[in-house]
Amino acid sequence: MKFDDLATRSGEWLRGSGPESDIVISSRIRLARNLADYPFIRKCSEQDRAAIETTLRDRVLGLKELSELFYVDVSDLESVDRQFLVERQLISREHAESFGARGVAIDSEEQFSLMINEEDHLRIQVMHSGLDLESAWKQIDHVDDMIEGEVTYAFHQKKGYLTACPTNVGTGMRVSVMLHLPALVITRQIDKVFRSLHKISLAVRGLYGEGSQAMGDFYQISNQITLGSSETELIQQIREVVPSLIEYERKARAFLINESQNELHDRVSRAYGILCTAQTISSEETMHLLSSVRMGVNLGLIPDLEIPTINKLFIHTQPAHLQKLRGSALDTADRNVERAHYLQSHLKRSDFDDKASNN
Amino acid sequence: MKCQECEKPATFHITELTGPELAELHLCAECAQRYLAPSGEEKESSPSLAGMLAQQLNIGQTAEELARLDQRSCPVCGITFYEFRQAGRLGCPHDYICFEEELEPLIANIHGKTKHEGKRPKRGVQDSAKQTEIIKLRQAMKDAVEQESYELASEIRDKIRAIEKEGKA
Repeated sequence: MKFDDLATRSGEWLRGSGPESDIVISSRIRLARNLADYPFIRKCSEQDRAAIETTLRDRVLGLKELSELFYVDVSDLESVDRQFLVERQLISREHAESFGARGVAIDSEEQFSLMINEEDHLRIQVMHSGLDLESAWKQIDHVDDMIEGEVTYAFHQKKGYLTACPTNVGTGMRVSVMLHLPALVITRQIDKVFRSLHKISLAVRGLYGEGSQAMGDFYQISNQITLGSSETELIQQIREVVPSLIEYERKARAFLINESQNELHDRVSRAYGILCTAQTISSEETMHLLSSVRMGVNLGLIPDLEIPTINKLFIHTQPAHLQKLRGSALDTADRNVERAHYLQSHLKRSDFDDKASNN
Repeated sequence: MKCQECEKPATFHITELTGPELAELHLCAECAQRYLAPSGEEKESSPSLAGMLAQQLNIGQTAEELARLDQRSCPVCGITFYEFRQAGRLGCPHDYICFEEELEPLIANIHGKTKHEGKRPKRGVQDSAKQTEIIKLRQAMKDAVEQESYELASEIRDKIRAIEKEGKA
């Protein structure tokens, strides 16, 4: 596999399949691990970082089951390529923006990635489409066991896996489920939902992690507590809350249909119309409109469009993806034009053409 | 809807969760970018962690005690408690042992519990003293090389190799 081949494919979590995939985009689990015989990243010398990178890369790729992983030396990448990996959720923003020896190993399905020298020496991440935490845990537990057979993790009898930040100590595990909740946003119930999640110590983040919410009504729900419960208990906690979130969102959608179907139909149709015909469009506006269209497709208000197509458009219209797909660097204004063309060519419907040719 | 900061159409609808109250913001792309751009301070540390620590340290500590605590450092990686407090990140696995007394209430505060209940390395937990010894030796080797004491550096390297060999056996 070549790096540039990644751009044209779409990756596991955008497949738009799996249980509850009209609302649940993806299920993700990550484990934070550190080698016992090196300082944490903050206190690493350049040599330490290089040695950690080499050790982990060699040991991980030396495992028969993981030998097919595609390894990317992140320190060697152009900034657009690093941004591309962030948009694809294969590395974190911190990993992209940090410095020194670091890398990521990716499997060909993009179901899992291993970040080396992020905030911790090793971050293992598994991502499945739809609501599928159980099999994601099975996979990551197995990968973790295999790597643990090769290296000595920093582990403390009472504190568990030791991490650079005390907020991750213990299991080192973050479980997140990404949900698309446009109807809860429209009906202004989303705050209420967040407040109740905060009360049970769950965190809510936007599409690309830390910071404020925005970006196409996507929300990631994840655990904040990592110590004092087993991995399966932590997964169970998320697993239990997600069905009610799905139900709230479904109810909000039903409410919108019942109370104001015309208005809703108008909203998603206008969104669709703009995406099909705009000549220049920003990433933010695209995300906002695609969110409406995605809900419209799920509610049967827009025919002949597939969810995987829309999922793909969310990512392929991000700045770095556009530039990779185009094969050249583009400034903001050029990107907005390119984005509009890309959307047009992927959303074009035959009846639009018919009308155009009849005129 | 118009952006609440200027006259352009609002395309960003943000729910701010970090304040005491949830706040809704409607901004255009430009204003949203300005609003969302992380400030330098936030980038450096996780604010909630720093806040929690400050709060915890203010209780029952005099200024002198705090100053003395801030100067304490880890014998393995050299991080001072002050540096950890500022950055919110520890320097090495040994910090969990040498700052245990200070970290314990912080960890209880974050997680509600203090004892690990999850999975454990299958091949048993190794002697952490040996691992931290390697960290110290590597640092000593680096210092030796910097001071051009190559003979000392090679002695240290042999020591590291010997410990690593023991670990594998």
